[in-house]
Amino acid sequence: MSVAKKIGCYFCTGCGIGDALDMKALKAIATKEQKIPVVKEHAFLCGAEGVAMIRNDLETDAVNAVIIAACSHREKTAEFRFGIELFDRVDLRDKCLWVLDVKEGDETAEEDRQMAAEDYLRLGCVKIKKMNIPDPFLHSDGSKDVLVVGGGLAGLTAARDIALAGYQAVVVEKAETLGGKMNNMLKVTPDNRPPYRDLTDNFIGDLIAQVEGDNRIKVFKNTVVTKTAGQPGRFDVTLKSGGTPLDIRVGSIVVATGFDLYDPAKLPGNLGYGSSPDVVTSAEFEKMAKAGQILRKSDGKPAKRVAFALCAGQRDKAHLDYCSGACCIYSMKQALYVIEQYKQEASTFLIYQEIRTPGQMEDFYRKAQDEGAVFIKGDVAKVTANSGGGVAVEVKDHLLRGSESLDVDLLVLATGMVSTVDTIDPNVASQIGAGRDELPGSVLNLQYRQGPSLPRLGEAGFPDSHFICFPYETRRTGIYVAGPARRPMGIAATMTDATGAALKAIQAVEAVAGGVAVHPRSGDLSFPSYRPEGCTQCKRCTEECPFGAINEDDKGNPLFNPARCRRCSTCMGACPQKIISFANYSVDMISTMLKEIEIPEEDEEKPRILVFACTNDAIPAMDMMGRNRGKISPYIRIIPLRCMGSLSLVWIADAMSKGFDGVLLMGCRHGDDYQCHNVRGSSLAETRLSKVSETLDRLKLESVRVKMMEVNIMDADSLPKAIDGFVEQIAKLKPNPYKGF
Amino acid sequence: MADVHAAGHTILVVGGGISGLTTAVEAAETGYNVLLVERDPHFGGRVAQHNQYFPKLCSPTCGLEINYQRIKNNPRIRYLTLAEVVDIQGGEGNYTVRIRKHPRHVTEACTGCGDCSKACTVEVPDPYNFGMNMVKAIRNNHAMAFPVWFHMDPEYAKSEEAKQVAKVCPVGAIQPEMPPEEVTEQVSAIVWATGWKPYDAEKIRPYGFGQYPNVTTNMRFERMANVYGPTGGKIVRPSDGKEAKNVAMIQCAGSRDHNYLPFCSRICCLASMKQASYVRNQYPDSKVTIFYIDLRAMDRYEAFLQKTRADQGITWIKSKPARIEEDAQGNPVVIGENTLTGERYAIPFDLVVLATGMEPNSALAGKVPYQGAAYDDYGFVTGGVLSAGCAAHPTDVASSVQSATAMAMKAIQVAGRRG
Repeated sequence: MSVAKKIGCYFCTGCGIGDALDMKALKAIATKEQKIPVVKEHAFLCGAEGVAMIRNDLETDAVNAVIIAACSHREKTAEFRFGIELFDRVDLRDKCLWVLDVKEGDETAEEDRQMAAEDYLRLGCVKIKKMNIPDPFLHSDGSKDVLVVGGGLAGLTAARDIALAGYQAVVVEKAETLGGKMNNMLKVTPDNRPPYRDLTDNFIGDLIAQVEGDNRIKVFKNTVVTKTAGQPGRFDVTLKSGGTPLDIRVGSIVVATGFDLYDPAKLPGNLGYGSSPDVVTSAEFEKMAKAGQILRKSDGKPAKRVAFALCAGQRDKAHLDYCSGACCIYSMKQALYVIEQYKQEASTFLIYQEIRTPGQMEDFYRKAQDEGAVFIKGDVAKVTANSGGGVAVEVKDHLLRGSESLDVDLLVLATGMVSTVDTIDPNVASQIGAGRDELPGSVLNLQYRQGPSLPRLGEAGFPDSHFICFPYETRRTGIYVAGPARRPMGIAATMTDATGAALKAIQAVEAVAGGVAVHPRSGDLSFPSYRPEGCTQCKRCTEECPFGAINEDDKGNPLFNPARCRRCSTCMGACPQKIISFANYSVDMISTMLKEIEIPEEDEEKPRILVFACTNDAIPAMDMMGRNRGKISPYIRIIPLRCMGSLSLVWIADAMSKGFDGVLLMGCRHGDDYQCHNVRGSSLAETRLSKVSETLDRLKLESVRVKMMEVNIMDADSLPKAIDGFVEQIAKLKPNPYKGF
Repeated sequence: MADVHAAGHTILVVGGGISGLTTAVEAAETGYNVLLVERDPHFGGRVAQHNQYFPKLCSPTCGLEINYQRIKNNPRIRYLTLAEVVDIQGGEGNYTVRIRKHPRHVTEACTGCGDCSKACTVEVPDPYNFGMNMVKAIRNNHAMAFPVWFHMDPEYAKSEEAKQVAKVCPVGAIQPEMPPEEVTEQVSAIVWATGWKPYDAEKIRPYGFGQYPNVTTNMRFERMANVYGPTGGKIVRPSDGKEAKNVAMIQCAGSRDHNYLPFCSRICCLASMKQASYVRNQYPDSKVTIFYIDLRAMDRYEAFLQKTRADQGITWIKSKPARIEEDAQGNPVVIGENTLTGERYAIPFDLVVLATGMEPNSALAGKVPYQGAAYDDYGFVTGGVLSAGCAAHPTDVASSVQSATAMAMKAIQVAGRRG
């Protein structure tokens, strides 16, 4: 944007600001020192009159950039929403007035507070001067269609919902028919609809017909994805359809490839799989029930006595260490099949560890008991084939506290679900260029520099990130995993999950069409750009991006994919050459800001501590501290960062050269249970920081001057102690010798 | 995003807990207009009262903050607090909704400075902390409350002092005489997300809640463990304030039982494991005993069960205790039979926590005021309007978000239909 900036700085004197601070001096700094052309104040800036004053200045073109010097940027957002990009908030109230440890009447302390307010004003003025209006990244040839990989229950549900919302869907199914594992299912359990006791007919045929009959949905059977390149809004996907390659362009992707059953051959020997044909898996049993007759496999005689071994190869470190969540319920369903078929002659035994029928499905558990299914809390100790067919199941009964042997016609093993999505461990650095290689069997074969697979979370390897608060967020923008491909789940949950993922997929295409970011910085128009001539091909940005947004060319230069980007700015912090920046956030911006802070002379004995704080957790925690009027040292100066991942070591060097006595970094919790909204931001910052000693050594400064701490959003009460503890520690050192240089 | 959706295509979301917030932001970020209606003075609902989430043991505030930021940044979302939907007419695509706005006695001009609260001399039992402590009659519920505007108790508003306190407000935001108001809105889809209430533990007579001070409930315990709770996060016995180092958790208290709630609330087992960690982390020499019927740690949560099991300070007893008595020292004594060993037990504890279940608000005061509304036997909403989260099923946070996102999809399918 080439229009000259006309900055207006609007002070609020309400909430005690005008009483505590020397407004005349502040306005003089804005006007004379910072050369802000329009400087005004109001006693109640967020009131109708105050807001009208600002609006009027914007409408008459007196200003086109606005600084609000009042309260925290988290407050009064509706009042101060002017629809302009050149906008900043200077927090004179929450992080200054409300928290700085100042006794009224103590002139020195009041002077310290005034200095803090003046510095915060300077930070705001410099920031807005350095800020540019982001031009949104827009595609001219984008697509709003959604690719759905997998044509089973999850995929069909997603495709149907995408179409019902008015969008086009492309379903890719590797098998010859749609329906997936549901095709083999006789009946389904009533998880979602009352009465929760009665089995309902398999509806997959209706769903298939609905999808195939909808002209907004294109279906490719016998087809796999061999390559996925590009970015949201412009994913270029190569399909192999019956041997023929086919290129399509889509806007976003739902991965709904479902699950494989845990290989029964790997099951522990005591379960007896393979020892007799009459030991079958739940899937094999279901197929047989669907075919009509429940029979012994050994001799085809009616299987009237059937035992079910739950958690087969599940909740077991040696096999699947998780629970598949659905097996208790489907085993009860299968017991009901036997009872339905053989009436009074049927005997069914469910051998379980814990019965897991959450929610209203407790009714279904009661139904199975009412119908005569026998529940045995215990373990299958041994399975022996009977000479006349059927098997003897030796059970260690935990409640009767003894062993018993059950002669049954069939033993059904409830094996668990294994996701079919290929994942990578994000903690292991990917090989450069790995994205260009095809991984056999990869669901998407992403042409990403960080590899063809989705990053996984935790040991169990689920392809998601913040699975409690934001379960759909994978670490690949515009790609959402649904159903048992994401985590084990039953039929009702799969449908809900697929519907939700379908929403996220169309939300992503709409966001890309508008040039804005999706979660967590929803609506952000900025995106990274870089100065190619400064690049040394160090590859740190392409390696560190938590979302795999950056590819590489053959020479190792970064290739940004803005629509993959979540705007955390980790790339900016990673770049040693300082060449990556955002229109409204850059290394230079923060460097210039921190240099604008006034450092008192050494003999004034007023140390200065710079605090970089994550805007997602640490800053709200500080605001909370403000509400509770926690007291902290007036010697600190806080600069909020988008994410600790954007931390540039240059800022630390600049702060030290400028004469700051210490630098405190407040990022989010990292590790396995990370809370960093950008997944790796705070942990990468910590890694980066391990190299800061080189900088400090070069400056001949003590390494304790720079400290990183993990701040939880609920740490408001402990923050004063943590901050002041650091200030005290720094106070024990000699002042930074660079002061005054 | 082009502004293609006219005001008439608004989605009404009722309830501003984790489910309602999710439906609202997900629909709005897809390009639809949303009206979010919350009965309480602030958003966050039940999750905002929680100290930590299982299995990560992280604060709910962290995720709520992101959702609040998304609301603050999105002009498509309008919201009303202290508001209730009192009548719904019409049908899918074209509902007429009447909403009653209860007086907050504080206008949106409030800057959250807190001067009024300081001036107020009247204290009332804190509903946010289940009445375990006293709070000012004009306040906001907690430091992270959104929206930030304070609110005044209706009874206090009638007092003489309220008029004086009103004069303290530097921006004139306090209006003790603020009347209730009704507004009518046209909306095309309705998502009911009114969540749940902890089951009334006094109804479980054999456990003596309400009779024995050292028998508490899981939600009260959650507040007690919170640094902003009634004890500042100290886990103590309500009777004498003594450190509670020997704590029992009783699962399925009033759940999976035809006398009380016949269904399973899904979260209580995991919540108790989480709460066991609060005790164990606060007092390294503490002991926790968990009485259970089945340990329901579905799918990936199994890892949390295994992690909890590895703690030697936690004892597991498979049993539904028969009753609780109190000994001469004021210790609650849990009495019953261990179904794995067959042994009878009578064990005294410092504190007993009843893992009570979820009663859907839609079975209580939060019924859908619509002729076409349908419920299951337990009062969960099954039809007439869309229902998300614990208004539909007893679910954990992740499943609520899943369900709420799915309902955003169902809602936009209706709202997006033309003609």
